Amino acid sequence: MATKVSKVLVIGSGPIVIGQAAEFDYAGAQACKSLREEGITTVLVNSNPATIMTDEGIADVVYIEPLTVEVIERIIAAERPDGLLPTLGGQTGLNLAVELADAGILDKYNVKLLGTPLETIRKAEERSLFKQLILDIGEPLPESVTVNSVTEAKKFAGKMGLPLIVRPSFTLGGTGGGIARTTGELEQFVSSGLAASMTRQVLVEQCVLGWKEIEYEVMRDAADNCITICNMENMDPMGVHTGDSIVVAPSQTLTDKEYQMLRTASLKIIRALGIEGGCNVQFALSPSAVVAEKWAPDQLDKTPTPQYYIVEVNPRVSRSSALASKATGYPIARVAAKIAIGKRLDEIPNRVTGKTMAAFEPALDYCVVKIPRWPFDKFASGDRTLGSQMKATGEVMSIDRSFEAALQKAVRSLEFGKRSLLWEDRSWKKDGDINSFPLHPNDLRLWALMAALRRGITPVQLAQHTGIDPWFLYKLNNIYQMEGRLLSEPMNPDLMRQAKRLGFADVQIATLADSLPEQVRSIRKNWNIRSVYKMVDTCAAEFDAETPYFYSTYEQENEAFPIESAKAVVIGSGPIRIGQGIEFDYCSVHSAWALQKAGMKSIMINSNPETVSTDFDTSDRLYFEALDEESVRDILENEGLPSPGLPAPPSIVQFGGQTAINLSEPLAHHGLPIIGSSNETIDIAEDRHRFEDFLDNLGVPQPPGAGVTSLKEAINVATFLGYPVLVRPSYVLGGRAMEIVQNEEQLIRYMNQALDMDRQHPILVDKYFEGKECEVDVVCDNKEALIPGIMEHIERAGVHSGDSIAVYPALGLTAHEVNTIVDYATRIGIALHVKGLMNIQFVVMRDQPLGSSSIYVLEVNPRSSRTVPFISKVTGVPLVQIATNVMLGKSLKQQGYKAGLCSEQNIVGIKAPVFSMSKLVGVDTYLGPEMKSTGEVMGIDTTYEAALVKALMAAGLMLPDKGTLLLSIADHDKAESLPIIRDFYAREYKFYATEGTAAMIQQAGMKVNRISKKLSEGRPNIIDLIQEGQVSGVINTMTGERSPLRDGFYIRRAAVEKRIPCFTSLDTARVAVRALAKGSKFYNVKPMSQYVVREK
Amino acid sequence: MDKKAILALEDGKVFEGYLYGSPGTAFGEVVFDTAMTGYEEMLTDPSFAGQIVVPTYPLIGNYGINEQDSESKKVQVSGFVVCEWCVVPSHKRSSKTLHEYLAKNNVPGLYGVDTRALTRHLRSRGVMLGVLTSEMTPNQALEEIMKQPRYGNMDFINQVTAEKAYDWEDDDTADSSAMRIVVLDMGMKYNIARLLAKQGCKLHVAPATADADYILGMKPDGIVLSPGPGDPALLDYITETVKTLVYKKPVMGICLGHQLIGRALGATTYKLKFGHRGGNHPVKDLSTGRIYITTQNHGYAIDASTVTGGLEVSHINNNDGTVEGLKHRDLPVFSIQYHSEGAPGPQDNEYLFKTFLTMVKDGK
Repeated sequence: MATKVSKVLVIGSGPIVIGQAAEFDYAGAQACKSLREEGITTVLVNSNPATIMTDEGIADVVYIEPLTVEVIERIIAAERPDGLLPTLGGQTGLNLAVELADAGILDKYNVKLLGTPLETIRKAEERSLFKQLILDIGEPLPESVTVNSVTEAKKFAGKMGLPLIVRPSFTLGGTGGGIARTTGELEQFVSSGLAASMTRQVLVEQCVLGWKEIEYEVMRDAADNCITICNMENMDPMGVHTGDSIVVAPSQTLTDKEYQMLRTASLKIIRALGIEGGCNVQFALSPSAVVAEKWAPDQLDKTPTPQYYIVEVNPRVSRSSALASKATGYPIARVAAKIAIGKRLDEIPNRVTGKTMAAFEPALDYCVVKIPRWPFDKFASGDRTLGSQMKATGEVMSIDRSFEAALQKAVRSLEFGKRSLLWEDRSWKKDGDINSFPLHPNDLRLWALMAALRRGITPVQLAQHTGIDPWFLYKLNNIYQMEGRLLSEPMNPDLMRQAKRLGFADVQIATLADSLPEQVRSIRKNWNIRSVYKMVDTCAAEFDAETPYFYSTYEQENEAFPIESAKAVVIGSGPIRIGQGIEFDYCSVHSAWALQKAGMKSIMINSNPETVSTDFDTSDRLYFEALDEESVRDILENEGLPSPGLPAPPSIVQFGGQTAINLSEPLAHHGLPIIGSSNETIDIAEDRHRFEDFLDNLGVPQPPGAGVTSLKEAINVATFLGYPVLVRPSYVLGGRAMEIVQNEEQLIRYMNQALDMDRQHPILVDKYFEGKECEVDVVCDNKEALIPGIMEHIERAGVHSGDSIAVYPALGLTAHEVNTIVDYATRIGIALHVKGLMNIQFVVMRDQPLGSSSIYVLEVNPRSSRTVPFISKVTGVPLVQIATNVMLGKSLKQQGYKAGLCSEQNIVGIKAPVFSMSKLVGVDTYLGPEMKSTGEVMGIDTTYEAALVKALMAAGLMLPDKGTLLLSIADHDKAESLPIIRDFYAREYKFYATEGTAAMIQQAGMKVNRISKKLSEGRPNIIDLIQEGQVSGVINTMTGERSPLRDGFYIRRAAVEKRIPCFTSLDTARVAVRALAKGSKFYNVKPMSQYVVREK
Repeated sequence: MDKKAILALEDGKVFEGYLYGSPGTAFGEVVFDTAMTGYEEMLTDPSFAGQIVVPTYPLIGNYGINEQDSESKKVQVSGFVVCEWCVVPSHKRSSKTLHEYLAKNNVPGLYGVDTRALTRHLRSRGVMLGVLTSEMTPNQALEEIMKQPRYGNMDFINQVTAEKAYDWEDDDTADSSAMRIVVLDMGMKYNIARLLAKQGCKLHVAPATADADYILGMKPDGIVLSPGPGDPALLDYITETVKTLVYKKPVMGICLGHQLIGRALGATTYKLKFGHRGGNHPVKDLSTGRIYITTQNHGYAIDASTVTGGLEVSHINNNDGTVEGLKHRDLPVFSIQYHSEGAPGPQDNEYLFKTFLTMVKDGK
């Protein structure tokens, strides 16, 4: 390296979206820590407040600002860093680096691009350059062509035939691409790919379906030292995005010749690209003979070095790097950051062994399985087929000494209720043939494979049908055969031990062997069959390592002796899914740190490889395990000290979302200590009846409602309450959930469907108050309550709080309303005996004369919530730390906090949701009571407007200064929409509108283009307008009916696919127009420390 | 359920498991290897003669046995202890299972063992003698171990060297102008010959007992001293030969060959506590500072403080600083403790054969 850098700007990856998730918080946080160790001043920018990296203490200077060229230029101008590290912020970071360089900003301020040269980013991302580079070094690529139009793509298809794979340049998670099996699909994927690509280019490529998919994680330093960290094999063969594949590490079916062949190719590529840091290379490798017979008949030859293709190269730290880091213990991001500033691999210590250096290749002595977590439990109507476009929101990883056990533990970690591999869909036939199971790539395929084996379909038949390597199917077959033995053989220690070694949970064994899980547990303990814990040490036990990173298995030796000082267990939040995102990992991490600050040892349990909580140095000890009753109890027992009275350390269940809180009951039941709110407190808040009684006794109002079990009852209740009402099942099944119904007709439709699904559990019908929604996060110590701030939602109640834009402080509330909220929150907290955190949602109704509004409690969650990171950041109050201290017995007063509402910061913070709808075909995007967003961004500034502009910018909801809107407004919203439309008109916006809406606009004296409403009534129709890029935004409110066949659905989907803002709530549209034409001078770009005053 | 079997170690520790491969009893020094792939290469590596090998990776046999990837003509390990062996392997080149292969070669295997616990035991206590048996009780086994000769006192070379000299068949690309290389076979891995042949050499493989006259009589342009099993201190009869060769021809030594070059010129060797066995060991080239990831399989090493006779240390292990390479200041002689032929393991060090051949060419 020519010049030493001393101040480095690190770009984060922005909000969590499908394809770019918590792994970049992990990478960025690790990188900042790593750079600071080297004496480098770090400046971090990210728009996502729910990240550890944006916390005080990770980087020297933190900006939570929108990730745009303009904003980053202002940061560079103010901070004058001499280096920019973009390779840890995912595709977002990389794309921004290219844009900053292209705009001449890096040159202007003399900022050196670290890690990956600009040329390399271009080469790896721009398909034509990449192709040339790979061909130049003599490595094989599938036949492909880069096209700028659908016509060119069709021409290539004429030559190659179908299927073909469509890959847009510069996108993440394969956005906009797909496997085209028909000409229609080819047209669709190429046009959506062109829209998604930053360079308006897509690659159309020969499709090697059925080939093995293998990945390598490689690193290189400036001295040209190259190593591979890990290789991974996808159980799902080529054709499924690696983010949507079940992946094992290391590879299982590769000979050493093949392993080394691909390893050598990976090193050749990282050298040719000149990357200084980490890189991910994906290969297609010739399949097994059984699969080749059907999928690739030309691949039956038996050469030691079979054919392979390079399918993809990511010249940066990626999701796979996070997985590889957790799978091996090798901290890729940490090392990559040091390499970027000129360190050599042999100079960087391996913190895991504490003895060796980073220049080596990890050796695994276990098998790692990753399974993606898909959102189809939330989006029942979504297309569950998996292809080249990633759909998973998160993933779980598990480690064991056999593949079967690792797989079964990973299934347990998915937290689909109690769905083990024994689960079968009710529609799967008992005598079905191979074609009757969903064996095409989809989220249920693993279970379908098991079902097929149970019907006598052989592993070889399944391999030929699916392209999955027979090795995996024989392993599934081992699981199936053990099921048979457990069903038929009398239980004995040998059988029990073998079942446990194959990863059978006590619950599964109980189901099969016809007993109760608790009986299985006690029998096996009598037989001394208990889990032992082995260390992830990067070196297969060759060196005596220092990492406190463990996994369970059923073997002889236990390496995890109980920690012998004061300690507590933090139960993590598992895979990232819609409704339980990175926010909960954030809280878990802070709780672990708070324990350490309080002089305790922290023990973390989690199953998510993407996150900071599962970094080996976040807590004093990490158990990488499923978050279910069995594994948590096993760990607690393992940590128990033999001295009397300490059978297990206390657990903290408040920070890991619903996952952790759900464990409070079983833990309490078995006498395992919980610190913080008791199980009783949790139960009152979660049990609807108890909670109603509780609020009644307390004199705190909540919306009236009742549980009903028949249509007649439902109509009676709804009539009594008055429409609209909020309806939901008391027991959620298969993704059917809440709806707001406006009239009896809609109620009948909902009830008929709901009763069809489940007649046993009542349907809840509540009065729906269309008022202002507010929420608070509260810390209570059983005597007093501390409320850092009130958040007011921009969307009225009825839009899920996680999908609402939230504003701090609550600017629209009267002093009386604020006082009422504080009063209710304090009383609830104290009466519920909350020790730690809780979140309360309120609705404020003002139909009465001003000053006499009513406030109702919608929900109380006796745990840390999604808004904790946001509110902690904007108020400067470290909520999780305070709550953890409360749990340890230190009152608010002792911690120096006054009860009640904290004094307001002199800023406005706005949290806006971010969706991943473009990835989820078939999912309606309207905002409703069911949560749909995957991530969040924050805008913070000294004024409301400025904060709003930044929040919308960061969320991708900002409309251009001048443009054209497409309007289609439901009748019951028309009157309310008019002032908003007028505001847009005043900004010289042009309108297209559907018939009724157009009539209204015209009547109001504004110009509008009327368009034929029905898609079936000729062209150009609404969808054409959107697809042709004639409109810059859409406002579409729901008519109430949510059938996906209606025009509104197609309008919303078209907007999503075209990546233009689509407002389905007038409340959001209202603020969007307010944010228009403010210009960049209008907002500040300042570090967090200058916005928020931290007091204590 | 398979038959129970045990691995008993000389310190009294016994690991229970089940038998696979051939029934019977095998003695050997128990060593672990951290390579995650390449069990066929491992099994057939002559340097493992006299040893019971424990791969640390738990799932062994996944892709079967193809007998194309073998590194010698038979299974060389005396026993093979795994966590799990794969009953139904999957690979288009596979012709038999690991179990069938061991059975055919009369080598017993033990599975169902907590191989990590075993590895940790060997790491902290050092490698030691053991017996893998399906026939003895633990007590009998421990008694029998005590009667066995110590590994360090045994010369395994005659078990693994070529019975008589031969020309490597695979060199059809070599023409009359090709360089002639003699490999002194003390347990040569096929891949050494394959890679040299690929470089266009004509190869003659000489048994370890061949004397300098015979070797020089073959009129070689260069000589490769192969890897092999056991304590180099027992091999003075070969060391004497090496002492002559290094002054006459360009010589490359690999593993045991490296140790013998060191010894021939005056250095001493010593036994490592648990050796280096695996495919991930970082080696630093002291002349460039570059790091190479290497395959290693050795239990003895050159004592750096004794290196003399014009030799200097050219490479060291980046983990523990042990000697990984020697170079002569004046003579065209160099050696490496690791395996430039990989197999199993990285191909990163194949360049050393080119380095050697360049040296040979320059000396021609």
